Order: sequence, then structure tokens, then C-alpha cells
Amino acid sequence: MSELTQLTLAAALKGLDRGDFTAAELTESHIAAVAAARPLNAFITETFDRARQQATASDARRVQGTAGPLDGAPLAIKDLFCTEGVQTTAGSAILKGFVPTYESTVTARLFRDGAVMLGKANLDEFAMGSSNITSHYGPVISPWTGKAPADAVRKLVPGGSSGGSAAAVAARCALGATGTDTGGSIRQPAAFTGIVGLKPTYGRCSRWGIIAFASSLDQAGPMTRTVEDAAIMLRSMAGYDPKDSTSVDRPVPDYAAALTGDIRGLRVGIPAEYRVDGTDPEIAALWQQGIDWLRAAGAEPVDIHLPHTKYALPTYYIVAPAECSSNLSRYDGVRFGVRVPGDSLAEMYENTRAAGFGAEVRRRILIGTYVLSAGYYDAYYLKAQKVRTRIAEDFRRAFEQCDVILTPTAPSAAFAIGERMDDPVTMYLNDVFTVPASLAGLPGLSVPAGLSSKALPLGLQLIGRPFDEETLIRVGGVLETAAGFHTRPPFIAGEV
Amino acid sequence: MSYVQGATGEWEVVIGLEVHAQVVSQAKLFSGAATVFGSEPNSQVSLVDAAFPGMLPVINRVCIEQAVRTGLGLKAQINLFSVFDRKNYFYADLPAGYQISQFTQPIVGHGEIILDLPDGSTRTVGITRLHLEQDAGKSLHDQHPSKTYVDLNRAGVALMEIVSEPDMRTAEEAAAYLRKLRAILRYLGSCDGNMEEGSMRADVNVSVRRPGGPLGTRTETKNVNSIRYVQQAIEFEVERQIEVLEGGGTIKQETRLWDTVKHVTRSMRSKEEAHDYRYFPDPDLLPLQLDQGWVDAIAATLPELPDDKKARFQEQYKLSLYDAGVLVADQASADYYEAVARGRDPKLAANWVIVELFGALNRLGKDIADSPVSADKLGGLIDLIVDNTISGRIAKDVFLAMLETGKSAADLVEERGLRQVTDTGAIDQAIDQVLAANPDKLAEYKAGKEKLFGFFIGQIMKMTQGKANPALVNELLTRKLQA
Repeated sequence: MSELTQLTLAAALKGLDRGDFTAAELTESHIAAVAAARPLNAFITETFDRARQQATASDARRVQGTAGPLDGAPLAIKDLFCTEGVQTTAGSAILKGFVPTYESTVTARLFRDGAVMLGKANLDEFAMGSSNITSHYGPVISPWTGKAPADAVRKLVPGGSSGGSAAAVAARCALGATGTDTGGSIRQPAAFTGIVGLKPTYGRCSRWGIIAFASSLDQAGPMTRTVEDAAIMLRSMAGYDPKDSTSVDRPVPDYAAALTGDIRGLRVGIPAEYRVDGTDPEIAALWQQGIDWLRAAGAEPVDIHLPHTKYALPTYYIVAPAECSSNLSRYDGVRFGVRVPGDSLAEMYENTRAAGFGAEVRRRILIGTYVLSAGYYDAYYLKAQKVRTRIAEDFRRAFEQCDVILTPTAPSAAFAIGERMDDPVTMYLNDVFTVPASLAGLPGLSVPAGLSSKALPLGLQLIGRPFDEETLIRVGGVLETAAGFHTRPPFIAGEV
Repeated sequence: MSYVQGATGEWEVVIGLEVHAQVVSQAKLFSGAATVFGSEPNSQVSLVDAAFPGMLPVINRVCIEQAVRTGLGLKAQINLFSVFDRKNYFYADLPAGYQISQFTQPIVGHGEIILDLPDGSTRTVGITRLHLEQDAGKSLHDQHPSKTYVDLNRAGVALMEIVSEPDMRTAEEAAAYLRKLRAILRYLGSCDGNMEEGSMRADVNVSVRRPGGPLGTRTETKNVNSIRYVQQAIEFEVERQIEVLEGGGTIKQETRLWDTVKHVTRSMRSKEEAHDYRYFPDPDLLPLQLDQGWVDAIAATLPELPDDKKARFQEQYKLSLYDAGVLVADQASADYYEAVARGRDPKLAANWVIVELFGALNRLGKDIADSPVSADKLGGLIDLIVDNTISGRIAKDVFLAMLETGKSAADLVEERGLRQVTDTGAIDQAIDQVLAANPDKLAEYKAGKEKLFGFFIGQIMKMTQGKANPALVNELLTRKLQA
């Protein structure tokens, strides 16, 4: 194990600045960590040569005094971001061997600021999943195990869909990672692996070059070990992009500057509707603990109501599949990716898509096709859109009474690979606390806040007003300090 | 109302047209790729057009402006709020597996077109809507024995779909509709209207019914790419449908194709086989919101359109309805005419433009834009007629020479010595010679055979090689014969 991989992103950047070590050294340590962590299957493609080149170039820039804000920082890139000249699979067989000729806007911005790419992180196929089990390239294994001796052999999921990103950051393979979040795909794996995950406001980061799952919900964000690190990464990732019509043209603040530690007088909304039946009592207790921490720091907890919360999950599972059924039509074997021939055009489509898509993706395409069909559109898709408007309105009203909302991130701690596989709906319930903010387009931040009785990480979620990531970061910082979550997973790259 | 006579009585034909008009723009509707016709296959394709992973559409402002301009030209309602939807279906030349179109909330609502019918009457046809959508690519089935090749140059090119009300009753009206629509689009510069290049094509909806009865079941014949074919397709469908109905059958609601070789429509797919397009708002594009001020600014730049121009020509130049209609059929002709008519006798100008110039262009197979005789030069020719330098008859010869040489009328008249003889002495001399050479005819004339007057005129003109001023010849001959 190398000391360098234990650093936070902020500390590593300071060390590089001071000349304590070089980007090449920092990158080499992380390359070793990625290699040592291969049993976790966190990466689909390793890009060590490229990382070394980037690190060398970074050191040159630092000498010249032209280093960017992330210069020399080794990161993992979720394999949903198209990377020029590097295979991009979306975790799917259908894109095996697909090498984009273009760079996604978000990764281009990270590289502009000097980031180093260690590899492409594993994920649920097309970002559809909450466990990272649906990847064609095999499941990602969480670096966490339970504390009982029997738990040591039980392989846990890292959450999903950004499971590879989460595992890589938790196991100290990378200083940070990009994730994408459609219904909780950054926040839930962050909670499961004891790291910080920030889903920005819809429109904050460009979606250009990110393989689409559900266009009206997809949003890129950072996954890091501290709130400050998330703030640093977001500053590089965010910003208007004329190539994405849904990105929003407003200035990108210095998010890290929001970490004042001062939340006195801030009103923290506690939504009654998130006290759902079946929630793990440990989760409920942690939530109460979070409320107490924020109150102790001078914030004022406020009871709020988000009356349409219970409709969020069914609404999400209509809207997201509907969009995905259309977005995934382009994977037809005609222009790129895998093609399985057939005797007719229709047969080629059927062969290609049957071979190329896994079961969960097929399920969602079928659901989406169904809810958009003539005769069902009004009852499902149109109704879901109306409910979505109500959910957004719930939040708008709530934010008249409070400045930020505190909830648990997920209804349970991580579960084992193989569990919850029989019934997709059980799996979908993982997103129950994260989906409402997604539907409303609001920013959400998951902060590691404690351990379950089985010694598994649990996260708390903060939801903010549109484009008020700064308040999330400020409150998140306070929560982080209060929780003092410094527990490391049993598996640390290079230590076993 | 014109009905079609069937074996069992009269039938009324109901026709509606959906025209796909390619928007004149440098770039595609949602990408920066170029739109030049006839380029190498797949040379005008961006990653967006080819629907690569992670690519996103961005609306081309110029295309929106052209749609608004067209809407204004069709006196239609401009919807300040409109939505782009996805129309989902699988086909090899549709890269994304969906076409971005507008379904429930198009950019342009109700409008109208006034048809100019051959008998000089007019008829108003309603426009239901105009919406913007992407064109698909082209599948090439003849390049390989078992494979289909795909050319995506057209994929993503902006089209305006202009939907008429079912207001037309004859194939001629449908043709008049297309001609008028094309003229308006060309005046506006929003579509070049070249049907042979595919930049304007029509889906033809036809049904028949007993006069005044309930609407019959319609068929839709897709992608007909000439006005003549549209007329033929309608005539074929009307005959076919009446035959089916009179034979006790029923018309199936279906999509048909026009066979340009056999001149028949053929069934493509029935209603049951129709796609379920699963339209829904494209989440990659926010609803389109226009500013009324922006629309007003476009309206202020609209050119004078055919109907207004025609009315003005009748009023300002005192032209007949027919002549005005012919001249305004396209903007270039109207401009040409106005340039000729400026400061001249407008009726004489109209006559020369319509009869001589259009006739000549027609023979030469040329466009007014490529006319060998400019408006300025035609005006010069007319000036020579008016100031009696040449006669109208000589002028026609001069005009032919102008077509060939491109020279000005004045130069040709000078060069070829065609100046009209107005010297009464010279004419008198010619008269005397003719009368002296034809003593018998002169005797007959004096005996009362007055139609010989024309014979004498002809002989005199011949003697002067047509250069004598005809009015002067007339006057002097009359005087001499009466003497």
C-alpha cells in the first residue's frame, strides 16, 4: 500500500503543488492500486499507458506554472462517458469494442483541468441497476464486508449503477471518480461504500458524450471520499455546453468555498413521507442522529411534507424506461458496436439486440415500449408526467419552509450479490429515497454518516434547491465533520 | 361542384395533401452537417446525424426562422410554444430509431392558400398545420446482391410538413395547390421547390363519397415527387376506389405507393400493419418558445407574395387577371416584368414578356434567370418600337437576333440598318413604283375591289424591306388612291 493512495483529492493536489511528490508518482501508486484491486472488478478497461502520459504532461505543466485545478489527480471514469480513443461500453455487450472518436464534455473538462484517467469504471448495463450486477463485464464486488466471520466470504454489492466508480474510490484505487445519476446511481453506491456522492441539479453538467439512459433524468456528478473533494471535482465538471440544449447557462461557483462550516439558522426540512414502512430501524436512527448533529451545529430542523413521495418510484419506473426504450433504439447493429447478422433487416435487429442486451435492459425497454404504446400512453406515460410535475411542486413548496432537506440515502445497507435478484421491484425499492429529487431535477448529496450493526456504511442524503449545490456542500461538510466517518473498508487496494 | 360519373351515379372526390418541403438552410435541423444536394454518399453526416452514443440534438435557429416565415406566408397562426417529439420506428436509414418531429404542438397552426384555377377562378384551401421534422437517410438496395447500403446525407435535413385540409375536389385543384404552394415557398426562399431533387414531395390522401354524403375511407399515397404524378395518382385512385365501391367492395384504409413506371398505385401497408410510433416529447430538447417580437421582425422582412402582387399588377399596370397571374407565378418573372414595365407602357411590356420572352425561353428550355435577353435590353427594344425607330414586325426579328447574340436592340438596328423609314418622300416613291408596276390591280381597286389595299401595302413594305413606318404607308397610300 502506498501512502499516496490514502490522500484525499484536496490533500494530493496540495502535495503536488508543494512538490512533495510528482503526478507520475501519484499516478504510479494508483496504477498499482487499480492492479491490486482487480478482484473487485471495478474497471472494465484500464488505461495505464494513457494515465502515465497524462501524469508526465501534468508534471511538465506544474513546472511551467500552467497547472490546472485538478492537475495530476488520478480519477476513475464511469464507462458511460465516451472517451476519445478508449473503448466505451456502457457495461453492455452491444458496445463491446466501441471506441468513440470524441470526448464527452465532462471528461474533456476534467482533462482540461489536468485530471489523469486510470481507466473506465464498471457499471450496471446502460446504468440500469442498483447493484452493479447487470454489467455484461461481471459484477463489481464491494470492498466492504460485514464484521461477522461468515460475512468475510459473502460478497456484497457496491450499489449501482456507478458501482465500479464507488468501489474504486472506497478501495483507494482513485482519488475520485465520475458517476452518473438517473434515479440514485451516484448517491446509493456512495452510501453503500462509505463515500461522498453528489448528483448536481439537472442541467448543471453537460450530458453531451454521456451514453443516455433516461435523458430527462441523467446527470453526471463526482464520487469522492470527502465533501471538499466532491466540491473540487464538480467545479471542473459543471458548466454550460451549447451542445446540450438542456444544460443551463449560469456561472460555476467555487464550490469548495461554500465549506464554511457555518449553518447557523439554516432551516433543514425533514419530510414525514420518507418515514416509510419497512425502513431498517438503523437507518431511521441514523437519520435522527443526522438531525441532531445539524441542530447541534445551529441549524433549525423543520417538519415538511412532500405528499406525492409515494408516487415517485412508480412514476420513475414509467418515465425512465419510456425514455430508455427510445434512447436504446440506436443500438441496432447498423453503424457501430456488435452486429449479429440475420436474413432480413428485422432479423438482424432481433439477433443483434437479443445478443447485445442483458435481461434488465430488455425488461426496461419492454416496459418503456409498453407505456408509450397507443392506448396505454395516457394511462401511463402522460399520467406519470403529471405526477412528476406534482412531485416537483411538492419540493418547490417545501423549499418555501426550508433551505435544505435531510433524508436517508437508501433504505438499507449494502446487500450480498445474489440477494434481491428474484423480484425486480425489490431491487427498484433501493431508489425510493433518491428518485424523488431526480424527478424534480434537484441536486442531492450523499454523505457517509455511520456504520450499521453489521459494520456496513450508511449514508444520509441532502436535497437542495435548483442550482444550490453550495448549500448542499456547506451542510454536507458539517454533517461529515459531525459524523467523523473515517472507517475504511476491509479491502484496501494493495493491503491484502 | 364537379363530380365524377360512375356506373351507379355521381361521386364526389375528397383530396388532402401532406407536402414535405425541404427547408433552405446551410446546416441540418439538429446538427451542423451540410445539406448540399448530390454530394458523395455519407459525406455530409455528423455524429449526431448518425446517432452515435451520447450525441444530442441542438435546434438550428435558421430552420425555425424558415418555418415561421413560411407560416406567415401561409397567413397561418404562429405557435409561440411548440414541442419536438420523437416518432419511434426501426429502419436502417433512421439512425436513432426515432425521427424528431412535432406531433401535438406544431410550430404553425391554421392557415390558407388561394388556388388560381385554369378558368381564372380562385378557391381557398385550408392549411391544417405546418411542423418541422428531420428527414431520414436513404437506403440503396441496388449496390450489392444481398446487402442494403445506407446513405445518411439526407438524415437530419430539416423538412416542413405542410398539411392541407381535405378541401380539394379534383386532381386539377391538387395540382393548382402544389403550384401555388411551391410559388409561395420560392417567394419566401424557405424551400427551393425542386420536386425532381426531392426537396418537395407529397403524400396524397384520396377518398370518394356520394355528393354531400359522409366521408369515405381514404388511402394515402406516399412520396409522390412531381405535380404530374400527383394528378395521375389521384385520377388512378379515384377510378380504382369507385370501381371497388360500385363492385360492392369496401376501401381499406392503407398506405399506397405510386409506381412511376406502370402509373398505378400499389398497396404498401394496411392500417393493421401501421406502425405504433410511440410519440413522446423529446427529452433532449426543451419546448421551443418564440418571442412575439422575433416573429414580428420576420414578418417585417416578408416579400410581397403572389396574391398581393397579382392584385397590385392588375391595379397598378391595369393588366388582365390572366396576364397578372402568369407574371407573378414566380418572383423572377414578376421582377423581370416590373423592370421592363418601369417607365414604359405596361401592357406592351406584359405582351412582350409573356408572348415573346416566355415563348422563347420555353423553346430554349431556359429559366428566366438564364434569359439571354435582360429586362433592360427588352425594355430598350420596346423603346425603339414606341419611338417609331422600328416597327413591331421588325422588332420581332430584332428580338430573335438579341436572343442569339445578346446584343442590345439599338446596336442590332444600327448594325443591320433596320431603322424605320419615316421619310414621306421615300415612301411616296415606293408607292408610286408599286402602283406603276401593277396598273391592272390599280384599275380593279378603282373599280371597287377595295381589299386590294392590303395587297398594295404588302408590296410597299416588301419594297422597303419592312422598314417603312406602317402607319405612314397607310396614310400616304390612302391619300394617293383617293387622289
